[in-house]
Amino acid sequence: MPDAAARTDEMILEVNNIEVIYNHVILVLKGVSLSVPKGGITALLGGNGAGKTTTLKAISNLLKSERGEVTKGSIHYRGKRVQDLMPSDLVKKGVIQVMEGRHCFEHLTVEENLLTGAYTRGSSRGEIDADLNMVYDYFPRLKERRRSQAGYTSGGEQQMVAIGRALMSRPETILLDEPSMGLAPQLVEQIFNIVKSLNEKEGYTFLLAEQNTNVALRFAHYGYILESGRVVMDGPADALRENPDVKEFYLGMSDEGRKSFRDVRSYRRRKRWLS
Amino acid sequence: MPEQFIWGMEVFLNGLMAGVLYALVALGFVLIFKASGIFNFAQGVLALFAALTLVGIMEGRVPFAHLINATFGTEIHHFGWHVPALLAILLTMVVMVVLAWAVNQFIFRHLVGQEPIILFMATIGLAYFLEGFGDMMWGSDIKKLDVGLPQGVNSVIDEVTYNIFGYGFFIDNLDLWATLVAALLVVALVIFAQFSKHGRAMRAVADDHQAALSVGISLKFIWVMVWSLAGFVALVAGIMWGTKSGVQFSLSLIALKALPVLMLGGFTSIPGAIVGGLIIGVGEKLFEFTIGAPYLGGATEIWFAYVLALVFLVFRPQGLFGEKIIERV
Repeated sequence: MPDAAARTDEMILEVNNIEVIYNHVILVLKGVSLSVPKGGITALLGGNGAGKTTTLKAISNLLKSERGEVTKGSIHYRGKRVQDLMPSDLVKKGVIQVMEGRHCFEHLTVEENLLTGAYTRGSSRGEIDADLNMVYDYFPRLKERRRSQAGYTSGGEQQMVAIGRALMSRPETILLDEPSMGLAPQLVEQIFNIVKSLNEKEGYTFLLAEQNTNVALRFAHYGYILESGRVVMDGPADALRENPDVKEFYLGMSDEGRKSFRDVRSYRRRKRWLS
Repeated sequence: MPEQFIWGMEVFLNGLMAGVLYALVALGFVLIFKASGIFNFAQGVLALFAALTLVGIMEGRVPFAHLINATFGTEIHHFGWHVPALLAILLTMVVMVVLAWAVNQFIFRHLVGQEPIILFMATIGLAYFLEGFGDMMWGSDIKKLDVGLPQGVNSVIDEVTYNIFGYGFFIDNLDLWATLVAALLVVALVIFAQFSKHGRAMRAVADDHQAALSVGISLKFIWVMVWSLAGFVALVAGIMWGTKSGVQFSLSLIALKALPVLMLGGFTSIPGAIVGGLIIGVGEKLFEFTIGAPYLGGATEIWFAYVLALVFLVFRPQGLFGEKIIERV
């Protein structure tokens, strides 16, 4: 596998040809395979309904509470099969998901939100305080707002709370779902910079799902592109950024300059990846 | 007329005491509703079951005695020992935890993510099952419950008020104890919810199930914990009501009095349940005293609470202390 930019070659998470069905009837993933290298940032790209969130939830095992299940394929973390574990077991193993749309505990204060992240840990108060300070170092804004109810903080702050809360579980791998959702471009840049420094300084492995292909490919090392529940393309982020199809479909650029909408549509019909 | 006023004060105090008992039942509702979104119709039966179990254990009754005797043709009813009240209360708590576990294991675990109305129907089923189960386990006779709480008029209050007003207030010792215990219970619950790790997790689950799962909180554990807490609250309510009026089926009907309390206080607020209970207790007693008995022929206590609840539903549907729905625009 061409794996130029990832930090190590060791694959910490391997998803092998999984199928996911919701409510026993709706087939959402039709055989998704991907590998996440330890210490890297891997991006999962694609449009609405492509299956990015479902893939992340299949890994973190949050599917069951939404009546979804993995019917085929396997998911291995550090070489062990993990698809029958409870979400809490996975958190203890070091895999935690930051859900799409933040999902803060609205009536808890910012600090209480962060503390819930440490729920699975048997650590002493001192250790937890140290980690709390680590989170506040990365997100100084949260320290100022530590006593406010999370429901009253801004979207950017809530995204910080959600990421900080995940950090409090002392994870190894963070599944980050759509961190840019509903945020101003400046804030998106800020959040991604923090993700990058968390990856470089603290060594966290990231698997992030993003619609914002442009930003994601600038910060990730490797990318997978999903369409209708299948992986249609994968490669190192630099290579994907230069790929003419990715440019055309996901980055909104084209070598021949802007085209009329009609041309784009006919082009699209000709060059579908999937039948 | 000072005499009327003094009587009114006595009625007011007695209303407060009655309100505390309503509040105790409402508290159990709030705990479960907050943490799992289940409106637990079985809360009243839970109190009945707890009181039945307590009496059964204290008197050394053999559980399922009728069933055993009918099956094996034996004649056993009592083990022949008496368990001290405190120990019996502890044992009953253990039974309530087991019950909480069973309720989750066999009912609500299978209904995760279902509509609220389905969950509600399940609790109705649970209520009737538990009622029958309690009967089968401990017999359906009316039982006397005495855990050693003092009963009868409190002589200190009687004397003090007599010296001040020239009229001694009749305040039952049991009501005073109920108030004290309820106050301690509420303080303990609030401290638990605000400052302990599991209490925080409980509030997190109340806010967002999915997010709680994602940070590794086990919903199953939290729900068993919450049902156990509701079971303890039911036990306390069962002891107070059972001591007052005997342990019998009508105990489960006090749950119906908790509904207006909840509408007043808000379904999601622990302080709301307390204040709501007090308002209903005082309100119905004072209404009966001032208007009901003299002008309406009495017995207004039966319906006053519900009318008050209706008024609240029209003007303030989330209740006095109901959670504000935080919505960002």
